[in-house]
Amino acid sequence: MTRTEFWQGNTACAEGALAAGCNFFGGYPITPSTEVAEFMAAKLPKKGGVFIQMEDEIASMASIIGASWAGSRAMTATSGPGFSLMMENIGFAAMTETPCVVVNVQRGGPSTGQPTMSAQGDMMQVRFGSHGDYAIIALCPASVQEMYELTAKAFNLADKYRVPVFLMADETVGHMREKIIIPDTVERVSRKPFVPGTPPFRATDPDLVPGFPQFGTGQHVHVTGLTHDERGYPAATNPGLHMALVKRLVDKIENARYEMADYDIINPGAEQVFVAYGGPVRTVQQVLHDRPNNDVGFLRIRTVWPFPEKALAEFRNARRFLVPEMNLGQIAREIERHVKVPVKSIPKLGGELHTPAELVEALEAKQ
Amino acid sequence: MSYEDWFRQDRLPHIYCAGCGNGTIINCTLAAVDSMGWTKEETVFVSGIGCSSRAPGYILTDSLHTTHGRALAFATGVKMANPDLHVVVFTGDGDLAAIGGNHFIHACRRNIDLTVVCMNNQIYGMTGGQGSPTTPKGCLSSTTPYGCAEIPFDLCQLATAAGANYVARWTSYHVKELEKAVKVGLETPGFSFIEALVQCPTAFGRRNKFRLVADHVEYLKVHSLLRAKRDRMLENGEHIPEDMFVVGELTRRNRPAMGVKP
Amino acid sequence: MRSEVRFSGFGGQGIILSAVILGRAAVMYDNKYAVQTQVYGPEARGGASMSQVVIDDAEILYPKVAHPDIYIIMSQEGFEKYGAGAEDPALMLVDSSLVHSRPKCRCIEIPATQEAKQTLKKDIVANIVMLGALVAATHVVSEEALEKAILDSVPKGTEELNLKAMQLGLQLGKQP
Repeated sequence: MTRTEFWQGNTACAEGALAAGCNFFGGYPITPSTEVAEFMAAKLPKKGGVFIQMEDEIASMASIIGASWAGSRAMTATSGPGFSLMMENIGFAAMTETPCVVVNVQRGGPSTGQPTMSAQGDMMQVRFGSHGDYAIIALCPASVQEMYELTAKAFNLADKYRVPVFLMADETVGHMREKIIIPDTVERVSRKPFVPGTPPFRATDPDLVPGFPQFGTGQHVHVTGLTHDERGYPAATNPGLHMALVKRLVDKIENARYEMADYDIINPGAEQVFVAYGGPVRTVQQVLHDRPNNDVGFLRIRTVWPFPEKALAEFRNARRFLVPEMNLGQIAREIERHVKVPVKSIPKLGGELHTPAELVEALEAKQ
Repeated sequence: MSYEDWFRQDRLPHIYCAGCGNGTIINCTLAAVDSMGWTKEETVFVSGIGCSSRAPGYILTDSLHTTHGRALAFATGVKMANPDLHVVVFTGDGDLAAIGGNHFIHACRRNIDLTVVCMNNQIYGMTGGQGSPTTPKGCLSSTTPYGCAEIPFDLCQLATAAGANYVARWTSYHVKELEKAVKVGLETPGFSFIEALVQCPTAFGRRNKFRLVADHVEYLKVHSLLRAKRDRMLENGEHIPEDMFVVGELTRRNRPAMGVKP
Repeated sequence: MRSEVRFSGFGGQGIILSAVILGRAAVMYDNKYAVQTQVYGPEARGGASMSQVVIDDAEILYPKVAHPDIYIIMSQEGFEKYGAGAEDPALMLVDSSLVHSRPKCRCIEIPATQEAKQTLKKDIVANIVMLGALVAATHVVSEEALEKAILDSVPKGTEELNLKAMQLGLQLGKQP
């Protein structure tokens, strides 16, 4: 039996994590994500899981990576300033192929910025924020329902692809309360089993993902952030090996782009097309709802990274893409790379969602 | 079994310089681990960045070689997620006390059940000899070319003040004592911190008048002041020379600890 | 039909809780849709706090309140910051014990704090009095739903007091 609740987005995120089997949370309080940590602090110990408040976000990220190798489904939650501190060990997680989930309830930046206000200013940071080349998965919820569902999904993607997965929420969806239907069960994908005796970082399957040699199971795996060979041993001055390793880390995610892509296409024949993710999705939905004829297209994206660029081509008559974001056009720039028609960024900073009137105005403006 | 059975033979030879003290400390630690009767399956070595932190890469257990200064935060995650695992951390003075200083004091405060062996060579060896938070006043390094002007940390006092259950200091000269101290650390529930002063001929010794490795080891030996002797001297109101450092078991207590195997 | 409700008062009056109870009543017991949002930040610790609820029979797309249909104002500062712009055809319920200004739109005066203090000996439940008055005056949710949502949300041991407060509000809010 499904059940109905009236939950805050951050509560739904934490509940989604628990439903997905999250049993380790290491975090540091920061507005506007703190409710996730508070909820986990209350619930995890009663379920036999571990909640630990670390000394900072660097340590939070480190703790969930350690816990993941020890076999936990591990997560942390933060916002901009903490996200910046996590970048170091996010790179480590990518390099060591450690499954883990990071929730970022985005607030206004740069720096301390607007702690209690909404933003989507970390969309490029999540993709490129740590040094070196790597790839990650980023999901953007637009409702309390999706805070639950996409958090659960994040754990499955993390385990399937052995990669850090990011729930890139915003203060709008994190803090609002609304109706949510809780499903009976949540799908759980396991980590690919490790074949004992094989090199722990050798990926022979077409998905380029090696099996997971969990600590404590006798595999004697060496995990290092240094460039490593298939045995996991440091080989930091071998150019070819470095190229092959980093290429695989990126390809295993980029190649699976459409396998994991999650988006909706509305009115594909339209000439004017909105593209949105996270909070602004709600305003676009309102604009479409309020228009008498279905003359406006909408690509609403849940998997922002890897970016599902082919979805743009589905709008075969598109003469213009309009991209409302609570930043100065971070994903609009990504869209520009993939289309030949004009892309109109509709940036909004300050902490508030675009209003329907603002989007209608942009739609009707010639430029 | 002996300590030699704990090495990844396919990883040898190691990268340490001729005359480096780290091998001594690794051998003492592995001998202590071996004497605990633990299996390789249930033992995990964690480290950060630096010469000392390369040690887990040579040990035939699960091992986690992490980012600079963060070993204790990673180790906390491993241990809290699975308290059945025995988690030993190798670190160095720069890794632990500079970039990792905050993680160090908080791991001590939590009194989490880890054993931490710090190879203190008083310098950044791997990157070519820069000053660290334990470089003694007046000593030369590539970033203290006129002599270190800062006051160094006493890592053991730091660990004690922050709440660790077990704290000891020895040197690469005191192999038997060091092995015993590590063993007590492994046996003690809660946070155990063992500092091992080591010679670094390449980065420290050659800049600081230790032309021969033996000279530096001799220096560590003669400047070691046994804790019991130090206590007697204090009682008698005797002056303790500034270039002496205390060795021995410095703290042993039974405060509530986290992550202890049930 | 979409209703947009704005609550404002000072920190400690239970403004946010009132909004959560209203949203909960609509979703859990009236089978409607609701979105509750609020102003976060230092205001929650004093000053003017504000929270809004959108209630609709259909799924709510744009979640924010643009032009409130209903205001519940429980402090003078709250009026000035979040209520002064109210215009017809909106309706405002003011706690007349604490708010001396009046809006340009239709206004119902509910002496909630004073009544809670005199009748129930607890001014802490003034917000529940206002909720009762709101439901009596607007039927934005049903009385049954409000009662259940209040019982879900208040601390154990205070249920009776809060239901009395709701009943008091229902009386005070009844319109001729």
